[in-house]
Amino acid sequence: MDVETKREILFDNYTNPYNKVDNEIDGYLKVNSNNESCIDNINIYMKIEDRIIKDIKFSGEACAISTASTSIMIKNMIGMNVEDAIKYVKNFMNMINEEPYNDTNFEEALVFDETYKQASRKTCATLPYRGIIKLLEENK
Amino acid sequence: MNREDFEVLSNNCYLDSAATALKPKCVISKISEYYSDYPANIHRGEYDIAERAESEYNKAREIVASFLGARNDEIVFTSGTTDSLNMVINGYFKNILNKGDEVILTEAEHASLILPWFNLVNELGIVIKYIKLDDNYHVTIDNLKDVITDKTKVISLAQITNVLGDIRPIKDICALAHEKGIKVLVDGAQSVPHIKVDVKDLDVDFLAFSGHKICGPTGIGVLYGKKELLNEIKPTRLGGGMNVSFDTPNEIVLKELPLRLEAGTPNIAGAIGLGEAINYINNIGIDNIYKHECELKEYFLDKVKDIPYIHVYNKVVDSGIIAINIDDIFAQDVGYYLNKYKICVRTGNHCAKLLKNVIGTDHTIRISLYLYNNKEDIDKVVKLLSDKERIMKEMLV
Repeated sequence: MDVETKREILFDNYTNPYNKVDNEIDGYLKVNSNNESCIDNINIYMKIEDRIIKDIKFSGEACAISTASTSIMIKNMIGMNVEDAIKYVKNFMNMINEEPYNDTNFEEALVFDETYKQASRKTCATLPYRGIIKLLEENK
Repeated sequence: MNREDFEVLSNNCYLDSAATALKPKCVISKISEYYSDYPANIHRGEYDIAERAESEYNKAREIVASFLGARNDEIVFTSGTTDSLNMVINGYFKNILNKGDEVILTEAEHASLILPWFNLVNELGIVIKYIKLDDNYHVTIDNLKDVITDKTKVISLAQITNVLGDIRPIKDICALAHEKGIKVLVDGAQSVPHIKVDVKDLDVDFLAFSGHKICGPTGIGVLYGKKELLNEIKPTRLGGGMNVSFDTPNEIVLKELPLRLEAGTPNIAGAIGLGEAINYINNIGIDNIYKHECELKEYFLDKVKDIPYIHVYNKVVDSGIIAINIDDIFAQDVGYYLNKYKICVRTGNHCAKLLKNVIGTDHTIRISLYLYNNKEDIDKVVKLLSDKERIMKEMLV
């Protein structure tokens, strides 16, 4: 993916993040994810029915990359079953950490395929994944 | 000035000296010299290189004392400002404060001056009062008077704050406090490296600062205290180097100041490096450094004054710290963008997490200047910040 396409995808997801809400969501599983070294701080809300992820939303404040990464993660993960979502998270973390990964279901998340080169952005891109994995592990 | 002394400037534009200052070659050599030529412990070494280590360590203390206008035995080496402040708050104030006693702070203080007091709120039931900052975020004597009561025991604040860079009228604060029997604890982390600080002239009771913000190494700091007050500090650390003798728990004899507060092997290289750093600052002249920083800050403010989307939080501040935001862009994203051009700034809350109550945001881009910065640095950062479209584009990837 070329840089211009990446910028376009990131910009869209940052300026119009998917399923971002302003208020707390009732009836959903909830997890907070924050980056201690900066002020990225989001709440992720997830609804699981019959082991399928029916919905994910998020609220809070985060930088462009964290926001875009959360938006993209949510788009990709809704509809997955919990086990596949766990695999997806591990696969994404592998990509960020420059380890072997399978990108078949990454779609827009491929914008992060070179994030490993930008040390300061690795924590931004992984912000939602570090949160949601806790919910997934607790509900597998 | 003196840019050739800082190798890292050859490929970086460093605007983060409020976080840590760069180290000139002479400081690095001085530290290296200790480790290569006389790497011995101090105290009781009956051989030449131990004598030299002891002598250099003592000399460093003399340099610090002279720099602050203090006596040698009023200078305690610590690991940094945080260590110094905790030593005073937990080793002195904790023993003399009681439930209901009041401590005055401001919401602009660094975590290292807020959290130890919060701890005493929880442990002792003391009460914290905050001085209302004026429209330019300054501390005024009138606003201080508004929060002083007959229960006030301590005023605890930075001389220069680490986000807004305002200079507090410490001399006047001390005069007012002492009239009422109130002690004054000053965080000098951002002031000692940048303005002339004479502890006797200011009449502060305690003052803390860090070596690494004044071109010295990390891991070394200083606690100054009036001798009679330092003597009242109950050491929070006991061990070698600080005792004369002990036989039973009831028979412990501690050394005189300052050694009674320096348990264990100190950061010898750090202290020696700090001494060299202060010599370096003295050679340039602290007043020259301060003037230089203010000129650069004015130069920056003048260059950005017509850029509508650059919001400067502290226009009316006489120090080299500038806190800004670009409208609608997260500070951290701007920091990432500038890093692409090897420009080092700090973004976020800068450990002053109560400041959001005052300035209305919990994240800023902080540009902080020191002796080695120049107008080209300012030109470079302003040029990059003056194209918002470019920031929005390049901050992403």
